[in-house]
Amino acid sequence: MKPAAFTYHRAHDVTDAVGLLSDLAAAGEDPKLIAGGQSLMPMMNFRLARPSALVDLGPLRRLPSMTALDADAGTLTVGALVTHHAVETATLPDGFAVLARAMRWVGHLPIRSRGTVAGSLVHGDATAEWCLLALLLDAVVVTEGPSGRREIPADELFHGFYATAVEPDEVVVEVRFTRPAPHAALSEFARRHGDFAIVDAAVALDVSGDRVAGGRVVLGGVAPAPVRVPEAEAVLAAGGAPGPELFAAVADAAAAAIDPPDDPQVTSAYRRRLTRTLVADACAQAAGGPR
Amino acid sequence: MRDPHLLALTVNDSEYEVVVEPRRTLADVLRHDLLLTGTHVGCEHGVCGACTVLLDEAPVRACLVFAVQAEGSSVRTVESLADHGELSDLQQAFSDHHGLQCGFCTPGFLMLAEGVLAEQPDASREEIREGLSANLCRCTGYQTIVDAVHATACARRESAS
Repeated sequence: MKPAAFTYHRAHDVTDAVGLLSDLAAAGEDPKLIAGGQSLMPMMNFRLARPSALVDLGPLRRLPSMTALDADAGTLTVGALVTHHAVETATLPDGFAVLARAMRWVGHLPIRSRGTVAGSLVHGDATAEWCLLALLLDAVVVTEGPSGRREIPADELFHGFYATAVEPDEVVVEVRFTRPAPHAALSEFARRHGDFAIVDAAVALDVSGDRVAGGRVVLGGVAPAPVRVPEAEAVLAAGGAPGPELFAAVADAAAAAIDPPDDPQVTSAYRRRLTRTLVADACAQAAGGPR
Repeated sequence: MRDPHLLALTVNDSEYEVVVEPRRTLADVLRHDLLLTGTHVGCEHGVCGACTVLLDEAPVRACLVFAVQAEGSSVRTVESLADHGELSDLQQAFSDHHGLQCGFCTPGFLMLAEGVLAEQPDASREEIREGLSANLCRCTGYQTIVDAVHATACARRESAS
């Protein structure tokens, strides 16, 4: 299908984008930002979304900070217009290499060439790899709005069903990942590689000597928003030797803790089984890192 | 026409000026305004890849880009491949390896393959298969498409060395 009509406005810097959003809203319009457009455009083509005005962030690509990937003292800062493919091909420090490895799960090359990290987070799909990675690595989303800058930690970002804490009048400026995880991995299952995951799992292991002494378990596709699973993280915190026995216990705890949705295509029980398999797989891959 | 824009586009090294509505996708501007109908449109929501073109040398879905977003960028479509009616090496390989039957998906596969090979000239058969998994073909079963692209990659490596 074809999208509904809208007016088109180019932003030339962040202040300009914020101003356009405010002015258009004040004029009774329903403006939306577009960057890569790889989530918004399918929704507009289906007319599931029909904003009356689009503010294009494309021209901001010429600002170095918007496309920069900077690693510094345990923090990776990702400019708001950095694409999935830029992360995939970047040389990242060990603590963030999981991000580059996980990119093969994000759509396909043409989607990754255009779609942005920040756009994916703001879209807030419960199975989006970036949403899981944000919870895994304590991301902080930095936005600018009419009342200035603010920082939104990942655990306050996702409100469920494509709703996030980023307000309609705010522009994401950068995303900071603040928890390096040299032993981390993401695993997922979709009917066809590159499709939306039915369930995906991201795991980070805190390794001390030759033992696991804690970690994170994050799931997508089992609730309206991506979730951490404290019950599974408790098993990691109790510690143990990395191996199939510990990882099976983590996976069982994750599968027992969730109450996944049931729909005509995928039953709740199947999502639970996938969770068990994928958590164990992600644990095993994480234990193998850094690679 | 709501909010018409005068748009300057660079397609296959030629400059075009068109007046378009912002809601016009790059795929539709190429086909309807520039009459470059080699780019095909299948699903219109980014799943099938029939409309794949190169935007600043990177493969993208032309149905997931508004033409107004492409101003200032360089677009390459399937029309850029053949030289005065002579097929490019990749197109000839598709013919030699029976990489098409109905041919509807072929322009998208050709541009996707050009994008993949430009970035990974040393791509293995498995890497080529992974790259090509972005697009759908309902006729061939994909094996012959992978064969064609792999043969092209090998021939280009040979001639470069």
